[in-house]
Amino acid sequence: MFQGFMIDTWVVASIVGVIAGIVGFFVVLRGSSFVAHAIPNGAFAGAAGASLVGASTLLGLGVFAVLGALGIGTLGRHGRHDVVTGLVLAFMLGLGALFLSRTIEYAPAIYSLLFGEVLGISHADLVPTIVLALLCAIAIAVLYRPLMLSSVLGEVAAARGVRTFALDLAFLLLVALATTMTVPVVGALLIFSLMIGAPAAARALTSRITVAMALSVLFALISVWAAIALSYRTNYPIGFFVGTISAGCFLLGRLWSRIRGGVA
Amino acid sequence: MSAPATFVPSTFASLIAPGFFSSGAVRTALTIGVLVAIVAGVVGTFTVLRGQSFAGHAFGDLGSTGGSGAYLAGIGPLWGFVIAGIAAAAAMEAVGVQRARGRDLATGIVLGAGLGLAALFLYLGTTATSTTGATVTILFGSIFAIPSSTVPWVLLLALISLALIAILYRPLMLSSASPELAAARGVPVRLVGALFLVALALTVALTAITIGSILSTALLIGPAAAALRLTRSPRAALASAAAIGVGTVVLGIVLAYDSNTWPPAGHAWPVSFFIVTLVLIAYLASGVPAYLSRRRDSREGRDANAGSAGASTLGAGGETTGAISTVVR
Amino acid sequence: MKVSETMTVDALETAPTDAGAGARARAEVLSVEGVSVHLGGRQILQDVGFQIRAGEFTGLIGSNGAGKTTLMRVILGLQAPAQGRVLIGGEPRSRRAAKIGYVPQKFMLDPDAPLRARDLVALGIDGQRLGFALPSRRRSELIDSMLAAVGAGHLAEKRVGRLSGGEQQRVLIAHALVSRPELLALDEPLANLDLSSGHEVVALLARIAREQQVAILLSAHEMNPLLPVMDRIVYLAGGRAASGPTGEVVRADVLSRLYGHHVDVLNVHGRVLVVAGSEPGSGHGEWAVGSDEALTADQPGEDRGDSGDGSVEVIS
Repeated sequence: MFQGFMIDTWVVASIVGVIAGIVGFFVVLRGSSFVAHAIPNGAFAGAAGASLVGASTLLGLGVFAVLGALGIGTLGRHGRHDVVTGLVLAFMLGLGALFLSRTIEYAPAIYSLLFGEVLGISHADLVPTIVLALLCAIAIAVLYRPLMLSSVLGEVAAARGVRTFALDLAFLLLVALATTMTVPVVGALLIFSLMIGAPAAARALTSRITVAMALSVLFALISVWAAIALSYRTNYPIGFFVGTISAGCFLLGRLWSRIRGGVA
Repeated sequence: MSAPATFVPSTFASLIAPGFFSSGAVRTALTIGVLVAIVAGVVGTFTVLRGQSFAGHAFGDLGSTGGSGAYLAGIGPLWGFVIAGIAAAAAMEAVGVQRARGRDLATGIVLGAGLGLAALFLYLGTTATSTTGATVTILFGSIFAIPSSTVPWVLLLALISLALIAILYRPLMLSSASPELAAARGVPVRLVGALFLVALALTVALTAITIGSILSTALLIGPAAAALRLTRSPRAALASAAAIGVGTVVLGIVLAYDSNTWPPAGHAWPVSFFIVTLVLIAYLASGVPAYLSRRRDSREGRDANAGSAGASTLGAGGETTGAISTVVR
Repeated sequence: MKVSETMTVDALETAPTDAGAGARARAEVLSVEGVSVHLGGRQILQDVGFQIRAGEFTGLIGSNGAGKTTLMRVILGLQAPAQGRVLIGGEPRSRRAAKIGYVPQKFMLDPDAPLRARDLVALGIDGQRLGFALPSRRRSELIDSMLAAVGAGHLAEKRVGRLSGGEQQRVLIAHALVSRPELLALDEPLANLDLSSGHEVVALLARIAREQQVAILLSAHEMNPLLPVMDRIVYLAGGRAASGPTGEVVRADVLSRLYGHHVDVLNVHGRVLVVAGSEPGSGHGEWAVGSDEALTADQPGEDRGDSGDGSVEVIS
């Protein structure tokens, strides 16, 4: 499983683990699980469209994930947040289905985009993926303080001059970027569970921010690596392993909390 | 049979590709679609009022698990959706349906596991039967491919859901608006909530066979949310939601059928795509009146304040100018 | 029944403020000038104006719906007024954003969120700036001393989401104070506290105002808990305001002009009641606000019955 053709997958998987762990930390802090559920579906449409016109998958993923993020951000400003997110989510999925229906490989393509594919990342996309990951990391480092403040005390942040709407949009775009990198391997429908399972387990173990973020990254890495290894062995879809392992992480975290009697 | 065509205005008929009214598949699709849209509009309105959209979404995703499990077991997807939905409703009722941040997380995790299972079932079923269409049918729906033998079952489930809503109408309205007040008046809030969840689960199963399990919430929430933006009266909202739903479904079916003739011919667009897009458009359109009134407000505000002349601040011993209307609650 | 004006003024004698600086003119920290706000077809605030000076304790009093929250939001820059302006330290609002510490009424955080009290206070130091701060001994000491100053030193390592409402409030006050603001604004801090916790918070805030020369603006629907420490009052009714030293504002003539109909100011055992006069057919029997030990407030709209000829409305 570590032969040449799998190296790309392992590299991307590691990147996926790190970014999903960090971005997921903020997703859980802000209670944005539903949004993390919605944006990858936008990416799905983009990948479908890209495959239809023969463009780079990564490009399609990126463009549509960003569009979906902006749509949710701007439409959600005055409408009900839940409703907008749900409708945009569905629209993106429908669009993806439309694109794929025009291609020959309708069913298998849909399946691997939704549920992941071990060999999902092409070598040509490796360098762009690394670049995107670095951009993500830099963005988080730069936005760290105002993002934390506005996630926890939104009105106070606004009163102190933080442009909270711009920051909300920036966060959605971050999720879009993280999604773009991770969907080819993990699948659009299951990427969000990777982003919430690992941080949920991490927060059960510690109350310190930096430690929680590091643990979140660690758990995400372990989840992704295990999922790839198991999928390679059994041929079962990666999405299945990601979903169940993330649930396992979450449960272990809850168990730990119970045993410790509520960590201080 | 071309008899129905004579009732349709000729301009409308000319927009529809030939063979529409004579196709059995179309008739089945229209019947099921209209029934489901009505139920989804009614139940969806209550869902939005109760703030339980996420529950509807959960039923949809868990329906994927049920539908693909049914596929693996060789039974029709509808029953997979229904069973998964009822099981999910029972679990939600046991755990408590209140939407809180912690609950969102737990729900997300469960959905992830459920979708992962769906992936597995689909993979196993596809490998076992060597057919590849199941993913699309279950997740994205294919209303034209529903056998007409399903129609009586759809009718039955639709009637059960509507009957539940009709029986529970008053207590449901009250406990949706204010659970405390309802409880004080002797309404069994917990029971009403549980029964509503059953109706919701059945409705989502119905929308799942119409437009697919992962798209199902759009038909549930979209028309209802649009209707609630347009009207304050619950009854009007229920009717509008059903009407909008029926409109989007029928138009979606028509467009999908027509798309078979669009270049390049012979390759129709998915119905679900049309329906979901139309729902989104309807929702966005419903926001226009509010947008216009916001703009009028800020303009009015400037005019109103420019008009009131003179200072009327009261300092200690200051003077009041003009009459003041008191707002003492 | 009318209370003589002398008695009223004596009973409402303003609390002694910073002793030494009494004679000096103190710097003006906040100036609200002619602010009007129009929202959703209603006039929420109409030509409201007042000033606050350094170290002063000002109560923003008004019943629910009087416009307190809207006024607070205008001061914080969260709501643009249709007319008027807000000056902070003499400069227009936008450039002095960091000089107001804000303690919101509601604060919701997951009990499991990995954020300790000291992390929340750290965010108060420079949370609005980009990047991230490197931990240093100076920061830690500043955070610890601020938490100790509000009596929450023992909570530093605890998760904020797991603290009680009163404890969270103290941490939020520390968060607001750590950036050394000139004005500390609190939105209905007493609303969800029991009586003794409320007294503790008020005493704490008065002490902070005195010792650190921070002006305090605190909104409430009941003025009585604040009477011992309030220097000035901004009394809101129907979107209009009367402001000044407490004794000069809480008077029958001033408030009657504000409300637009006759009100009396009663002094009952050192507590103040503002009562609408009885006119046949005027009252609804509604008790609007006032959770006092002598009288309990009901939900609005519930009839308490008449007392004699015509009904009596207690406003605050």
